[in-house]
Amino acid sequence: MIGGNGSGKSTIARLINGLVTPTSGRVIVDGLDVARHGAAVRRKVGFCFTDPAAQLVMPTCVEDVELSLRRHEKDGDRRRERALAVLAEYGLDHLADTSVHSLSGGQRQLLALAGVLAVGPEIVVADEPTTLLDLANTRMIGERLYGLSQQLVLVTHDLDLVLGCERVLVVHDAAIVFDGPADEAVGHYRGLVTEGAS
Amino acid sequence: MSSQVLIGIYQPGDTILHRLPVGVKMSGLGLLSIAIVVIRDARAAVAFLAFTLVLAVIGRVRVAALVKASRAVLLIAVIAALFQWWLKGPERAVETLVDLVALALAAVVLTSTTAINTMLDAIIRWIGPLRRVGVRPDRVALTFALAMRAIPGTIEIAQETRDAARARGLGKHPRAFLSPFVIRVVARAYETGDALAARGIGDD
Repeated sequence: MIGGNGSGKSTIARLINGLVTPTSGRVIVDGLDVARHGAAVRRKVGFCFTDPAAQLVMPTCVEDVELSLRRHEKDGDRRRERALAVLAEYGLDHLADTSVHSLSGGQRQLLALAGVLAVGPEIVVADEPTTLLDLANTRMIGERLYGLSQQLVLVTHDLDLVLGCERVLVVHDAAIVFDGPADEAVGHYRGLVTEGAS
Repeated sequence: MSSQVLIGIYQPGDTILHRLPVGVKMSGLGLLSIAIVVIRDARAAVAFLAFTLVLAVIGRVRVAALVKASRAVLLIAVIAALFQWWLKGPERAVETLVDLVALALAAVVLTSTTAINTMLDAIIRWIGPLRRVGVRPDRVALTFALAMRAIPGTIEIAQETRDAARARGLGKHPRAFLSPFVIRVVARAYETGDALAARGIGDD
């Protein structure tokens, strides 16, 4: 999803995860009504925020991943093993006992993603995950996201990043004004911006 | 100021303090804290500080963590000590200052030798029987963890807000600090709530 600030992209993203419930109409995710089956929907849909600092709530990397796994693994030792395995998968195992505050922006976002993916969601919603990152980290996170086996719903202002998507929605003034291939969507969005400026 | 400044950060290890059951460590911290507060004597305060430092050595707590914790609490300790000096004299001032530093260091020793998830598991076990009266142990434990995170996080926001006010030449206006500070703290609480909800924490 691409579109200007305040157009409604993040609201749509949050509707998919049940963080926001609709005031009218229904949001159905994989056959589940988000308003009625919020917990079940959240087990299927992982959510990655713009600012990982808000998402990382435990002091160290491994403890934060363990927090995600608490519902799935009650045994503390096995939970730690699984968390360490997740960190290794993302190349963060050497930072397992490091404070989440000491990480770089890219590492923090990668850790937030690892925490989301640790519980095996079927869908990943990423709300502007590269907005706070430099170019190198944007590429790294982009490659990670596009490498996922899960369905990815990406909200972004990065028009280069969005070109990797199969389908792109352009959101404008709380409405979807275009739904189609990435290159055409970017063209449509540029047109909207040009019209707005003139 | 990052979270490890005030609460310490878990440092994996195999010392006797690492191996002690979490219940023993948390009870020990509780008893030590009560003793520090109840026994009103400057010599006892110094003894408690020495005892805490011995524990830190046994637990192989990094010196940097101890220094950071002392620095963080020192400002409050000095203000409290000056106040005590004015009210009750120098001996009480020294006692107050040393007591506060000892309490901060004792907390750092606990958090440096105990993983936070181990503490959460213990809290859930301890209050498990209260499920019968409607208490949700998972939520209580999570509240405990969030409280530990919130204190340094709030201090961090306060420092950033103060710097922002100074940068705009409004360093001496209380409203220029307080309004954005309160708004940012509330916003951070909402963000954290959203993040926890998005991760399905609290859904069970």
